[in-house]
Formats: sequence, structure tokens, C-alpha cells
Amino acid sequence: MKALVRAVALVAVLFVVSGLLTGSLIESVSISPYFLQVLCLAGINIILAVSLNLINGFTGQFSIGHAGFMAIGAYVSSFLSITFGDRIRGVVSFAPEAVQNSLLLLAVLAVGALCAGAAGFLVGVPSLRLRGDYLAIVTLGFGEIIRVFIVNIDAVGGARGLGGMPKLANFFWIYLFAAGTVAVVTRIVGSSFGRTLIAIREDEIAAEAMGVNTTRAKVLSFVVSSAMAGVAGGLFAHYLIYLHPNSFTFIRSFEIIIMIVIGGLGSITGSVLGAVLYITLTEGLRQFAQYRMVAFSLLLVILMIVRPQGILGHRELRHFLGKRRRASEPPPPAVAA
Amino acid sequence: MTTFLQQLVNGLSLGSIYALIALGYTMVYGVLRLINFAHGDVYMLGAYAGYYLSRKLKGSEPSLVGALLVMLGAMVFCAIIGIFIERFAYRPVRRAARLTLLITAIGVSLFIENAAQLVFGPDPKFFPSLAPRADFLVAGVRLTSEQLTVIAVSVILMILLRFFILKTRTGKAMRAVSFNLDAAKLMGISTDRIIAITFALGSALAAAAGVLIGMQIPKIDPLMGINYGLKAFVAAVLGGIGNVPGAVLGGLLIGTSEVMVVGYLSSTYRDAIAFGILILVLLLRPQGILGRAQKEKV
Amino acid sequence: MALLELSGVTMRFGGLVAVNALDLKLEPGQLYGLIGPNGAGKTTVFNVITGVYRPTSGAIRFKEHSIVGERSGKITRRGIARTFQNIRLFGEMTVLENVKVAAHCRQTADLGSAVFRTPAHHSEERRVDEQSRELLKIFHLEQFGGEKAKNLPYGSQRRLEIARAMATLPRLLLLDEPAAGMNPQEARQLMDLIRWVRDHFDMAILLVEHNMKVVMGVCETVHVLDYGATIAVGTPAEIQNNPKVIEAYLGGA
Repeated sequence: MKALVRAVALVAVLFVVSGLLTGSLIESVSISPYFLQVLCLAGINIILAVSLNLINGFTGQFSIGHAGFMAIGAYVSSFLSITFGDRIRGVVSFAPEAVQNSLLLLAVLAVGALCAGAAGFLVGVPSLRLRGDYLAIVTLGFGEIIRVFIVNIDAVGGARGLGGMPKLANFFWIYLFAAGTVAVVTRIVGSSFGRTLIAIREDEIAAEAMGVNTTRAKVLSFVVSSAMAGVAGGLFAHYLIYLHPNSFTFIRSFEIIIMIVIGGLGSITGSVLGAVLYITLTEGLRQFAQYRMVAFSLLLVILMIVRPQGILGHRELRHFLGKRRRASEPPPPAVAA
Repeated sequence: MTTFLQQLVNGLSLGSIYALIALGYTMVYGVLRLINFAHGDVYMLGAYAGYYLSRKLKGSEPSLVGALLVMLGAMVFCAIIGIFIERFAYRPVRRAARLTLLITAIGVSLFIENAAQLVFGPDPKFFPSLAPRADFLVAGVRLTSEQLTVIAVSVILMILLRFFILKTRTGKAMRAVSFNLDAAKLMGISTDRIIAITFALGSALAAAAGVLIGMQIPKIDPLMGINYGLKAFVAAVLGGIGNVPGAVLGGLLIGTSEVMVVGYLSSTYRDAIAFGILILVLLLRPQGILGRAQKEKV
Repeated sequence: MALLELSGVTMRFGGLVAVNALDLKLEPGQLYGLIGPNGAGKTTVFNVITGVYRPTSGAIRFKEHSIVGERSGKITRRGIARTFQNIRLFGEMTVLENVKVAAHCRQTADLGSAVFRTPAHHSEERRVDEQSRELLKIFHLEQFGGEKAKNLPYGSQRRLEIARAMATLPRLLLLDEPAAGMNPQEARQLMDLIRWVRDHFDMAILLVEHNMKVVMGVCETVHVLDYGATIAVGTPAEIQNNPKVIEAYLGGA
């Protein structure tokens, strides 16, 4: 019940904030379209980062093909909205346009996520039994193969790109899904299933020895993670209303990895932080263009040398909030080794 | 039949390039268990080094000696770059978690690519012709002088490398380090020095590949390392990452398959071939063709 | 009916024969010790039983079922649990969480119930929590409950490994050098603990140990390996006086 109340409150808050930012609520209150776009891209990045962290940070698997699943979500949802958009809208033709659009968005996102999740299953089942480095390579390869296939499918524009999707996504929807992603991943991680994933990360052989079906757990988290990336892709497509295969290269996958590493693998708060930081830095330093990337990559190397656990390491925000309360309790008695 | 032989020759030529680059990947993985993502970019730097060096030679006639000097110069330059990268980027994180190493390598790669775009300019440059050109017709198969050079130089370098690894003390030390770094250290081997030499060798070979490609396909650009680097990496994995003859085998196989597919099927899936092979290998025989299956000790 | 039965189990790694035609029979509730010089193949036997390695040849039957070729997770769920020679705890997780992971093993962790926090999820969590805390109490680890496993002192980590294995509710517990690194007092406490666990939970315990006091003091049957092959099986008294055993261990001195 508490969760339901919180969810409704969140939706209401988002609604208000979204209205304020876009100027649709109060005429004189709004932010520049550029700024709004940055915020929206940040929101999409949050979904990507948090979902990737589920498999990389919490389950400890090296996946660097996230962009591929994002691409699947983006292209599938776009194809659907372009081809069947009117028909889907027609189903609720009696409702106001906003509701029609919402339904369309949810429908295409759902199918996009399903396809991305299915791809995650197909990729995950054979690959997740490979050792760390090899899994990284395979996921990288799959990501590239998906991209090459998309380039060669004319029905989705191929190398020319794909346009014509309705602009169904906006600040409200993006951040609603971002909040949803954070909530779902937080729930997963805090559950017994989440404990299983972390155990796999810590020591897969020991986890297996303690009765965990490690393959099943890894595949499941991979599928969930991929499906979420698919949602991000769908939102991306219906926000920018133009897609090009070059948006989904392994560079994109690397960017998401950088986000979660900066924030701290194994920390959901960290992923959110990393996503926001990353887009802030790249946009904020955009004017410096080439220098920006040079400085950025150098900083990344330095970060790995100096503080590989990122900003938050394994900790979440609540650890900092909780620490103040726990300071009043006596420390556990020291036991001689 | 002649088409087949022609494709075969083309494939061997391309494959030799992949093999030279793949050797660097495989040797570094052998000693450090690190996938050196920046290796492809070192290959690119080799091509650029060759470019600038050959411009220095401008005015003199294109000659074999000149070409050789350019190549050697590029190799030395990249060897130093390789040592530099290892010393300042990889050594500090040598003992860290695998993912940290991976990210560091990605960072170095991005750094080199973007710095190159700044320094050299993002537009492609054209390699001047270094050696005298000639075409040979053998049994209906056309062999360009560039292809001949590529194959000849590659073979010579690989033979030299093999000799080095098998017959010299340093080579033996390299093999020891690749088996067990800590044990090698305990045996009195200066592992830092061996690792530096490994990087130097791998980078030098990549530089040679860069110059050879420059001679063959005169267009070079700061991002050329991505495509070739990735495919060479697939080649190394195909042959068995960490296995030196495997890298050569893998390179030739990838090069040949790529040319065959483009020649007989279509060119649209040219880039996907390498990845397709990669995935098949990793799913069916992850240790590669010549690699040994590694069991984790419990 | 034997609880665990190995017949002619051989484990080859390339040219090296780590375990050579091993025959071993374990009855329910029995305290069985496996000893032998270093490299005799004891841990390999554990690894073969628990499915980490597939035996090159031979049969392994647990509760009358063949378990050869099954994955370790499945074997654990059948009722065989183990500890590791080199402690393999989930370092970043708390002590309580380490045990909970194992306690949960037979419940297929349902993703849906995790996300939607169904009543079934809550009751399962409660059960796991109670069971885990109980185990921590038994093993004198309750004060560490919220501490990260990697921060524990060595002796406590060893106890945690056992507690964690116990959480899978096994019928057979494999302990790989549980007394390693313990002082005599701790070793004595361990012996009491092992006996108590066997009595209280009615489970068989297969023990690999170098600490002879512990082995001879706790085990009912002792099985001696050397170079992967059996050289003697018997009561502690018989083994201690067996000339072949003395020669293998002390080199005929």
C-alpha cells in the first residue's frame, strides 16, 4: 500500500515538474529547449546506466553490448509506431489525443522491450557461461552484429537513418520510466534474488556450491537488463524522432560503462550519479569539442588508477543517511583472531 | 579457379596484416591477461609515423630501402609508445580487478584516437608511394607489388618473432611470465622489463602493419585502428588468445574469409563476418583453435 | 543403504592421475575422515563429489541416485554441502547475507515476487531470516551479523563457511580443512561443534583435515589417501598403527 501511495505521489510530482519545465503549466515558467533536451537525455542515460549496472555491477558480468539492446528497442518500437501507429491509436479513438499517444507509446515500448529482452535471452544463454573477458568480447560482438544488421535492413532506413516516428516521449515519460527502472532494480537487488546475483559476483563457484542456479540467475538478470535497455531505446527514438545506426556503436556501450564505473559499480545511486555527471560533462564541455574527449579519456584512465571503485563504490545514498543514526550504537566487540 | 586463387592471394595479403596486429594482442594477453583495446590505435599511430617519416624522404626516388627505413622508424616509434602506455597506464592497475583493466584500456584507446584527431586532423591523409610499383601475373593471378611486400615482410617478421620467442633468453622469459607471472618473478625474471619488451614487440609489429597498409591502401585516418584492430583481435581469439602461432593462423583465416565472403557473397556483411566467426568460436571452442582449455582451480 | 557411495572413481588431469580408482562408502550420520599427505587428492575428491569436476571414470551415488555429471548447484540441492580449503566467502556481503544466500537454495528465487513484494516473498524472507539468525547463534557469529564477511577474523570466517554450508540443510556436509590456521583451543571448540552438528542435525560429515588431533578425535572412520589411491580405511586406532600410513606420512622415518 505504501508503495502504491509513493508511486502515485511520484507521478504527480513528475507531472508538475514536467509542466513547469516545458512551460505548459505556467506560461512564464520554463527552461530553454536545449536544457530540456539535456535533461531528457540524462533521463534516458539513467535508465541505461541503472539497467547495465544490474548485470555488470551487481551480477559481476562484463557486458559491453548494451547499445545493441538499446538499438533493438529503438528500431522495433519505431517501426511499430510508424507502421501501426494509427491502427493502435484507433483502438481508443474515443479517448483524448493525449491518452491515445500515451497508449501508443506504452504499446510500442512494451514490444520493443520484449524484443530486446528476447535478444538478451538469445545472447545470454550461450554466452554467460564464458569467463569474464570472453563474455565482454562476445557481448561486444553481438552489439556490433545487431548494428550491422540494422544498417542492412531497408525497412528501417538502414544507413540513411529512420525518421517519421511521432514524438511520443517527453520529460514526464522519460523520468517516469527512469524512476521505474530505479525502483525495479532497487527491489531486485534488495531481494533474495538480488542476494543471489551479488553472491555470483563475489564468487560464482561458491554460489553454485551453495545451491544457486547461477546460469538461470545470470540469464534472468541479463534479460531484465536488456529489456530495460530496450525501453531506453524506445524512449530515445520517440524523443529525438530520428534514428541512425551510428548512435548504437560500441562507443555508446562504452559510454554507459563509463557512467556506471564513475558512479560506482554495484551502486544504483552511483549509476544515476554517473549518468547525470557524464551528460553534464559532455554537454557542458561541448564547446571544447575535441579537447573535451581527450581530457575525458585521460580523466577516465586516471580515475581507474586512483579510484577504481568510482565515487560511491558499493554504497548507496542511504548508507550516508543511515550512518548518522548508527553512530550512537556501540561497536561490535572485537574478537581475538 | 583463377578467381579462387586470386581471392586466396588477396585474403593472405589482408590476413597477414591482421596477423601482425593480432600478434600484439595475443602477446600482451599472454603475459598480462589484458585485452589491450588501445593496440589498434597503436597500429594507427604506426601508419601516421610512416606517413610523416616518408614525407621527410620526399624528393628522393621511391625505393625499397627508403620504404624499409620508414617502416623501421615507425616500428621504433611505436615500440616506445607501447612501453610508455604500459608504464603509465597499465602498470599502476596491473593488480586491479579485470574490469578496471578493461576500462583503463578503453580510456587509453579513446585518448589516443581523440588526441590523434586533434594533432593530425580528422581528415584522412594519403600515404605517398614508397616502393616502386609493379604488377605480376602468375598463373592467371594478379599480384601487386604491395601485396608481395605485405606478405614478404609479414613472413620475415613472424619468423624473426618466432626465433626470438623460442631461441632467446628473453623470449623464454616471456613464455615463463605468460604461464605464471608470480612464479616467474620468483625465478628472478624481471617481469616489469619482460612486460615492457612484450609491449614494445607487439607495438612494433602493429606499426609495421600500419606502414604496410599505408602502402597498400594509401588512405589513413585517426580512426582506422578501430576497424582493423577489432578484426585483428577477433583473429587473436580465433587462433587462441595468448597463443602466438594461433594469432597468425587466426589472422590469415579472418583475412581469407572476409575476402571470400565479399568476393562470393556480398560486401554488405563484410564487417559482420569477423564478429560472426568470433561468436561461433567463443560458443563452440572458447579457447580458440590452438588454445588450451583453462580450468579454474577450486 | 549407504548415503554416499563412490565406486572406482578416477580423476585425470591430462597425464596426471589425481584420484585413482577410489572406493568410498558413507553411512547416514557417519563421521568420516579423509586424510593423506599434501597432493594426495583429497580436495579433488571433494570437487568430484560436488560436481566441480566430472570424474574421468567411476560411479558416484548419493541416496541411491547417480550424481555424476550434475551441476554443483543441483548436487547441493540434493543435500551435499561443502566448505572450501581456501575460504570462499561472499566478501562484500554481510555475514547474515552470506548465510541467507545458502538458506534460500531450494526456493527458486522468483523475480516477479521480488519486484512486486508479494506476501509469498515476505513469508519466505521471514523464514530465511529466522533460519539464518539461528545458524549464526549456533556458530557464535551473531554479533557479526551486519559486518562484511571480508572483515571478519580468520577463525570466524571459517566458522561462517560452515554455517553457510549448513544453511542449505544438507544430509552430508563436506568440510575441507576446517581447522586450518586454528589454535588448539579453537580446534577443540571445532571438534565439539562438529560432533554437536552431527548429533543435532543427524547429518553425515566427511572431513578432510591435516590436524590429526581433530581427525582422530572426531572421526569414526578414517580413510587414508596417497597419490590419489586408498592405502587404508579403518577406525582411528587402526589407522594410527598402520605401517603403510606411517610410511606415507612420515616417509618411513
